[in-house]
Amino acid sequence: MNPAPATASSTHGLAVEMRNVGFCLGKRQIVSGVTFRVAHGETLVLLGRSGTGKTTTLKLINRLLETTSGEIFIEGRPQLEWDPIRLRRRIGYVIQDVGLFPHWTVEQNVAMVPRLEAWSEARVGQRVREMLELVGLDVAKFSARKPSELSGGQRQRVGVARALAADPPILLMDEPFGALDPVTRAELQREFCELAKRLEKAIIFVTHDLREALLIGTHIGLFTEGRLAGTYEPEEFLRSKDAEARAFVDSLGAGEIWDKGSPQITSTRRKA
Amino acid sequence: MNFLTFLVNYRGEILSRTLEHLLLVAAAMLAAVLVGIPLGIALVRRQNLRRWVLGTANVIQTIPSLALFGFLIPVPFLGGIGARTAIVALALYALLPILRNTYTGIAGVDPAVLESARGMGMTQAQILWDVQLPLSIAVILAGVRVAMIICIGVATIAAAIGAGGLGVFIFRGVAMVSNSVILAGAIPAALLAIGVDLILGLVEKKLTPTA
Repeated sequence: MNPAPATASSTHGLAVEMRNVGFCLGKRQIVSGVTFRVAHGETLVLLGRSGTGKTTTLKLINRLLETTSGEIFIEGRPQLEWDPIRLRRRIGYVIQDVGLFPHWTVEQNVAMVPRLEAWSEARVGQRVREMLELVGLDVAKFSARKPSELSGGQRQRVGVARALAADPPILLMDEPFGALDPVTRAELQREFCELAKRLEKAIIFVTHDLREALLIGTHIGLFTEGRLAGTYEPEEFLRSKDAEARAFVDSLGAGEIWDKGSPQITSTRRKA
Repeated sequence: MNFLTFLVNYRGEILSRTLEHLLLVAAAMLAAVLVGIPLGIALVRRQNLRRWVLGTANVIQTIPSLALFGFLIPVPFLGGIGARTAIVALALYALLPILRNTYTGIAGVDPAVLESARGMGMTQAQILWDVQLPLSIAVILAGVRVAMIICIGVATIAAAIGAGGLGVFIFRGVAMVSNSVILAGAIPAALLAIGVDLILGLVEKKLTPTA
């Protein structure tokens, strides 16, 4: 178990830090005592069953929800010192339902934050092309399309392109591939994994799928009942004696092991 | 006297009454839109006000139009005999469909779209103007259309309190037991309703973003 994913020397590279953070809604405590650090270039996956506070924790980071106890530091500065609008424009946000603007074209959707930030039109156009290429969408073919003319996978690619458009140092992703069919999901997971390695961003990724967590995370934070039960490196997670961690590993199916060498799950002994 | 010669002889008055009618409706609609749309938007953010405001608008809608005109006559500033009272009454009738549709339209915007708009750093004003209003404009305009039709119809009653309009012919025709005179008011009113509805339909088509 490793409570601080970021190496001690990389304080200046620290993107998001939570110190004993809690959130309650009325009298109900949703999240409590969450502490973690994520540096640039790291991907922390928040793993847990439904309703364990993963999404709530994610929303505390970009202040869609306000913490009720503890402290959050973004890029070394206390979160509350940031103007919420400025803060959010430096944090990419991708959600399961994508939330593309249905009345805007792909180009307009991707260009959203750069335009809000008043970039020159030439720079916006350049950036949109780069982003669409980055997520593997043909610029000429897709720029002018509306979200309703895209498949689920294409929509989520646009969602990722939009989140990355203003080059935010931090990226929050809430089950971004959860609503996709298994084949498309695997495709996007693989591509995203490659992308994450190149981008050097601090990524916080919520999922309830251990395979996804193992594939994408440099660290895995396990959530149970509104608490961060532990933070692990992927191989560490598989060996963990923690009951909830075991439950997740068992859900993968017996005999499957994680092969760190190649980014995929290999099965040595398939169940009949 | 047959109906056609009647129309020809009275074309001047028909035209001026139609114009009068249109002005009553336009003034009332302007007031209803200026109050109804912002109020409808406000109701989405303040759910506790919703029941009261929509409830009140519902109650107003159920008051018979002649009674509403009557009620308003003794009210200071708003009431009295003439066009001002009629405009207030018509605006009150137009309020409910505009209010309700604005609320329904704005409240019906996909929560995922709002979450991503907020999460990516749009301000409240940007969310309203760039996301919520464009996505609910069709529903809001549908409310305006319904309000417009109601107004054009109810405005014929305004003649009863001396506000003029096409209702003048209808009341006169009833008193004279003359179908021609009644029709001289009823037909232009109907044509007005159809015409205005068609125009608003085109506006709606033009403003609605294709998804």
